[in-house]
Parts: sequence; structure tokens; C-alpha cells
Amino acid sequence: MSGAHTKGSGGDGMKWVGRSIRRLEDPALVQGRGRFTGDLSAAHWVRFVRSPNAAGKIKSITAPDGAMVITAADIEGVKKITPMLHKFNYKPVGQPILADGEVRFVGEAVAAVVAATEEEAEDIADLVEIDIEDAAALVDGRAAIADGAPQIHAGMPGNVIVKAEIKTPGFDDVWASAAKIVRCDARSNRQNATPMEARAAHATYDSATGRVTLHCTTQMPHLVRTAIADCLGMPESDLRVIAPDVGGGFGQKMSLCVEYVLVTWLARKLKSSVAWTEDRRENLIASFHSRDQYITLEGAFDENAKLLALRADILANTGAYSCFPTTCGMEPLMAMAEMPGPYDVQQYDCLARAVVTNTCTMGAYRGVSRPSITFTLERLMDKAAKAFAIDPLDIRRKNLITQFPYKSAMGLEYDEASYRETMETAVEAINVPAFRARQQLARDKGEYLGIGFATFSERTGYGSPAFAARGMAITPGWETVHITVDPSGFVEARIGSSPHGQGLRTTLAQIIAEEIGVPPEMIKVVHGDTDTAPYGWGTFASRSLVISGGATLIAARKIKAKLLKIAGHMLEAAETDIVLEDGKAKVAGTDREVSVAAMAREAYTQTHRFKGEIEPGLTESGTYDPPGTFSNACHVAIVRLDAETGHVKVERYLVAEDAGRIINPMIADGQVHGGVAQGIGNALLEEIIYDESGAILTANLADFMPPTAHEIPPIELHHLETPSTQSITKAKGLGEGGTIGPPAAVVNAINDALTPFNVEIDTIPATPQRIRTLLRNAERAS
Amino acid sequence: MSEKTDVTLTINGKDYAIAVEPRRTLADAIREDCGQTGTHIGCEHGVCGACTVIVDDAPVRSCLMFAVQAEGKAIRTVEGLADGDKLHPMQQAFMDNHGLQCGFCTPGFLMLAVGVLEREPNISDEALIDVLSSNLCRCTGYQNIIKSVRAAAQEMRK
Repeated sequence: MSGAHTKGSGGDGMKWVGRSIRRLEDPALVQGRGRFTGDLSAAHWVRFVRSPNAAGKIKSITAPDGAMVITAADIEGVKKITPMLHKFNYKPVGQPILADGEVRFVGEAVAAVVAATEEEAEDIADLVEIDIEDAAALVDGRAAIADGAPQIHAGMPGNVIVKAEIKTPGFDDVWASAAKIVRCDARSNRQNATPMEARAAHATYDSATGRVTLHCTTQMPHLVRTAIADCLGMPESDLRVIAPDVGGGFGQKMSLCVEYVLVTWLARKLKSSVAWTEDRRENLIASFHSRDQYITLEGAFDENAKLLALRADILANTGAYSCFPTTCGMEPLMAMAEMPGPYDVQQYDCLARAVVTNTCTMGAYRGVSRPSITFTLERLMDKAAKAFAIDPLDIRRKNLITQFPYKSAMGLEYDEASYRETMETAVEAINVPAFRARQQLARDKGEYLGIGFATFSERTGYGSPAFAARGMAITPGWETVHITVDPSGFVEARIGSSPHGQGLRTTLAQIIAEEIGVPPEMIKVVHGDTDTAPYGWGTFASRSLVISGGATLIAARKIKAKLLKIAGHMLEAAETDIVLEDGKAKVAGTDREVSVAAMAREAYTQTHRFKGEIEPGLTESGTYDPPGTFSNACHVAIVRLDAETGHVKVERYLVAEDAGRIINPMIADGQVHGGVAQGIGNALLEEIIYDESGAILTANLADFMPPTAHEIPPIELHHLETPSTQSITKAKGLGEGGTIGPPAAVVNAINDALTPFNVEIDTIPATPQRIRTLLRNAERAS
Repeated sequence: MSEKTDVTLTINGKDYAIAVEPRRTLADAIREDCGQTGTHIGCEHGVCGACTVIVDDAPVRSCLMFAVQAEGKAIRTVEGLADGDKLHPMQQAFMDNHGLQCGFCTPGFLMLAVGVLEREPNISDEALIDVLSSNLCRCTGYQNIIKSVRAAAQEMRK
């Protein structure tokens, strides 16, 4: 093993970084003073009329007399949303803002009703009649690629919208030399990110300037501006996009939705204010879905259970259209690139496909592809352990990567990490022998306990080369931060990133505070407004603390350098003798000091004293585009299975994780907690179910079930810190990590509990119904 | 359905004379007719609890009650929780224990927890989780919400 890993959160003698300070975001939010998009009032309200059919030609749309009902014919000239991938076998497909002649999924927006109140718009929408010549629906990803399946889009036979293949040289020989081939057929069913605030948009036209201000609940305001301006053919500077307080995103709010384009178009057309607030049913049927894939994974092992080669077939049902900007390639191409995960294997053969169906378009959901690939890989490892009759931990010990940097079969550079160490930390903390004894005792009484492990790596802080490698026409990556110390000595950081609950305002303030020695309370982080924040990509993919944090550090170091110059001038001392702390510049070993406020005032109002040696003002910028880094973790679940009902209770959940340097442990823990809860929901409960006709059977929160406080056990956390060499703050991202482990850990635990019944489940969510079906079939067979 | 009824809502001790359609939910009336947008709407079918307010000392889902049913009742919302600049112990506990992330579900959880603890100050840990499982949070994984409410319960008993 190489490198240094420390346990727990070490501050390196730092004053602000590494401390659990309270969030600067909270005082407004706990007093109901947060400002969300849905809090804004408008002159006009929009209600979308959505397709009740999954597929078919629109014959007619009949609106009640006198009602303002917008259809595709009214918005001629508005461009379709057409995400691009520079891949030779990608077939671009445009999504019309309102269905144009044809519908492709239940919930697709067909018309928009505009009225003076929300209620009136709803009433009118109920009276709009859509006549659709119904066609057969394709709902399942495998059915879509079957011979003779109808085409969802013209010119896309076989319904494969993007396909990628790789096979490393020498693969066949190594495969043929294997002692054992182990196979896992895993199914991740369709899920919905379900932020508590559904989507909302509010656009208002300013007749003095001709500009439109769009408030919307998005994770990436700048790209929303770029994309809407493209669709509407308007100057981008005529559109201001504001993401005010955003009530959770989890990936669902990073794709551009047609509704925001239409609301903006309407504000321009009516020269007024227009609002739309999505209801929960719409969110469940027509917002972006996720996961939905079949992965078949085969591992070739030598006689010592060492993995020699991996073969994967990844089939992602990406719905009716391709999402913007990440495209339908997001899940399958990322799964292909990151599949070998934390395991040392240099031979890899993979076929990855995205297929279109008559279902809602797939977007991102926390973890993107890694929950599914980790689930499959970790199921494969447990199956292999069984095939070799060795301990599931031992097979991991044989195969986890321990030498860094490591280059994967796909050519990814893994920086320093702690795959083995996090697993051993978790193993020690959970006390496996004690559990096995308890498990045996329980089993004797007819009670079924199980333990499951999941080790994984999480690529974080994706820079632009990572997206370029995927062939994306839009390559997010870099971030810019402008820091200003104003003449009163208070600090403002304007960031391109757009947090929505992650506490980034606080953690970035800590990074600045550490550099320039003023307390975080004096630092305001401004974000989410394209008029005031620099162009940036927003918040997704565990990137903000790494990339925006890096840009913040660069800008803060420049501010520090300038403050030292000013202090040197004001105190008549050498810059090297000056330290910045407690809001002051102090000359070491003397009582001479000057406050940051006095220096700032000098920088703006007494610049003649600088004699041209120091530039006026106190603003600096930092831009950062790192190559990307890898966090890692081991998750352990202990479950209790009720064999009579199929109900699974997670009794204990433990995470040992390594996200590099932790800036604020309290916030980091909160991110892991929330991620794990979503992951447990993914493992056990959450499922969007379509019937054969393409109608959704889970269109409310009683049927689509996010977990409650009852389903989530106390989550035990252990931190290791391997400082990242690929991130100047040494931090690795952790926003998604919590969600990646649970499907694997929980389902491995369920399968451990199921051992006496000799059945296995390889599907998420592992619902009571699925478990009971397995048990019932086993009972019948015996 | 457009005929309006006059109704007076008493929110945080202040009267709001408004005219609403009988079908208008209390949640919509609080937010849109009375301008108190701290109460949030997450599902409009009584599952998520984001719209929880206290009506006559009991936490209720304001999306499942009509505004006209609230006439003459004392309604408390998140805006009335603090005593001037002094935060309610529940608000303080949520801040101290990182009981919120995006903050959207937070007003509902605050009102739920305050309502229950006022009625049952010595509620057991187990019963507390039972109560808190009536609202949904998608960010925190509930860990720190539970911790916050326990901390506030201790403070409120003082």
C-alpha cells in the first residue's frame, strides 16, 4: 500500500478549514424567510395539458371558447431541445417544447393553458380535449431493442440512440484462461429523484429594457440561460436567470426542461409576468426519471479468486428523448467508463447502449450510474465469493486496488485513495464475528439477519476533459469565482456554482476565511443569478467543493497577496513579516497592525498613496478546471428480513469513507446521511412503475415511496482523509457518495439473510413483493 | 367554482380578511392571500407534510384543510415561531445540529415538532421518530432532524 491516510478530520493547524461551524444559510431558512420560485406571484399562470397516451399521432386539440391555449403551432420558430454528443453512432433527436404532431410518453406537454389564476388555468386545462390516434407503447428497454419493435423516432431502427463498445487487446486469451466465470444479471428499476420542492418557473418581462428575468428551480442557471436563448433565438444578455433558494435538486434539476422554455417565451409574448408551479403528480410522471437499466456483468477469475477480466453489457432505458446537456449517453457511457470501480482488472470488454422508449426522459439522479454499477459489481463479488467458497471480504481483499496512481483498463487515472483501508476500518467497526454469532442465534429462532458490504470509488470534481472524453458538445468543468473586499472590509464571493442545500456558502466562506483571516460571518457568497455571478456550471456530480472550492482558493490567495502588499505599504514592513489573522494584518513580533477594513478603505479611497505600485480596488478572480479525483468508501448494512412478509428493516448502517480533506465535518456528515437515506430508498422502496400501456401507476407519494424517519437507521460514520493530489484544496467531492453504496450493501445483506432459502435477489428496489415472490417460488419448487 | 367567500384567518395573532373560493386550501390561502410564504407545499395530497402549520395547538397539513374551515381558529406558521429576534429553541436546535439542508421541508418539520412537543413534552424517543416519520425530508436522511428535535425537547422542558 502506498500513500498516507489519516483517520478522522485533521485540521493541519488550520483555523477555519476542518471545523464544524454552523451554516450561514440557516437563519433565513428556519424563519421561513427563504425565497423559493413558487413564492413569487404573477399576472398569468400556466397549466400544462399533458398527454394521456404513451404513443400516437395527435389528431386534434380542442380548446374551450375564449381560452388562451398554446400548442405547437403557436410556437413555430422555437427550436427543439437537441442535445449533442460527438459520437459517430449517436443519433441526435430534438425534443419539441410542446408535442408536435405526435406524443412519445404519458405526461409529455401537449398544450399550455394561460389564465389569470392557477385555479382558472387548471379548470380550463380540464376542458382541453386532445384526440390521439393511439399506438402501441414500448415501455421496457429490452423490448425496445427486440426484433420488430416499433420505432419511437423516425430513422432510429432498433431504438438504440447511442452505443459504445470497447475490448482491450488480449481479452479473449485471458478470458479463455479463467478458472471460473461468474455472472450477475442486475436490474435497476426506474426511479425519481423527488426533490421536496417540485419544479417551478416564473418569468417576467421588463418593458423598459426588453429583458426577461426567469426565476426557476435549477441547479445550473447559466446553462439554462444559454439553452433558452438558443431555443428562442434571442440575445443571451436579454435573459437573466435566477435560481433563488432551491428546494433540493439531486440531479433532476440539472437538465433543461421544456416548461422553462415555454414560460420564458410566454413572458416575451405577453410582455408580462408568467408563472408555472409543478404539482407532485407532474413531477412524478413528467420530470426527469433515472436509473432504469439492465446490466449483465461477467467476471473471469483465476483459481485464487483473482479477477482477470470483466465483461459487461449495459442497457439503459433513457426514455423518449435525450436530456440536455448531459444527453442519454450519461448513464451507459459513464457506467462503461467507471465500471471496474475500485477493482484491479486490466482486461475489459463492454457494450453500452442507450435505448429510447415511450417513457419519460431519463436525467441525472444523485450518484448517476454508480449506484447501478456498484450494485452489479458488488453482487458479482459476493457471487464469486460464494462460487469459490471464500469470505466476501477476502475476495475484495484480493482484488481491490492498492497501488496508486492507478490507470484503469479504460484509461482513467485514479489518484491516491484508500479502498482497502476504508474497508478494513468498516470491518473492524462492525465486528463481523459478533454479527455472525448473532445471525446464527437468530436463524435458530427462525429470524433472518444479513450483512452486506459495498466498496466503491466515486469519480468527483469532473473537469472539462472528463466531459470532452464522453464526446459531449457541451463540456462543463471549470468554475470561476470573483472575490471582492468592499470598502467596508466585508467580503463578497460571486461564484458560478449554484448550491441548493449543500452548505457551499459556508464551506467556501471557510476556505476564504482561512486565507485572509477574516471570520466567515464577514463573507457573503453570492450565487444563482446570471446578472451577478460569473458564468459557471452549477452544482452537480460532487463537483462544487472541488472545483468552485479550488477557484475560491485561487482567488482568495490573490486577495491575500494584495492585502499583504497593502499592509506592507501601510505598516512600512516587509510583506514576508506580515500575517493575516483576526481580521487584521499584523507585523510578526511587534504590536503594529492594521485592520482589513482599513486596508480595504485605503485600496478604494486613498489609492494615490500607492504611488502606482498597487492597482486600485480589491477584487480578484480565480478559475479552476481540475482533471478530477476519486473519493472512495465502504458501506456496510445489517438487515432483518421478515420471511413471512418480505419486509426488510435496515438495523444498522455504517459508512467508512474518504473524501480527502474535509472542510466542514458537520456538513460533510449531513451530505453522507442524506445520500445514504436516498440510497436506502433506492434499494428498498423507490420505483416508478409503468403499466403495459405506458401509464404510470406510481403518480403520488403514497405509491412512489421515499423513505421516512422510520426506514432510516442511525448512520455510523468513519472518516479517512487521503489528501487529493488532483485538487488544490486537497478535498474530494462527496455529494453523491452516500447514495452509491446502499443498493449494493443493502441487497448484499438481504441475500446474506436469504442464504437458508437458497434464493437470491438481483433487482432494486428489493421490495417485499419481489422477495416474497422468490421465497414462494422456492417453496413451491421444493 | 369562482364565487368567493369572505373569511378571516388569524395567523400568528394577526387577522387577515380575505375572500377565497370555498375550494381554496388553507396552504394556498396562507401563502397567496396572506403572503406568508414560509409555509411550503410539497405534494398537495397530504403525504409530505411540508405545509404543516399549527391550528388550535395541533399540527395539521394545511393542504388537506380548506381555508374556510380555519375561520376563528388560531393558526401558527413558521413566521411566528421566533419571539422577535430570539429564535424558538426548535429553530436554534435545527441550526445547531444541522437539521436542514435545502430548507424546503424545514418549516413543516419545525411546526410538526413544536406542535407535538407542546402537547407532549416528555415524548419518548421511539414515539418521536414515529411522529417525525409523518413528514418527508429528502436531504438530511432524518438523522440530524431527530437530533435537533431531541435537543429542542430538552431545551423546551427547561
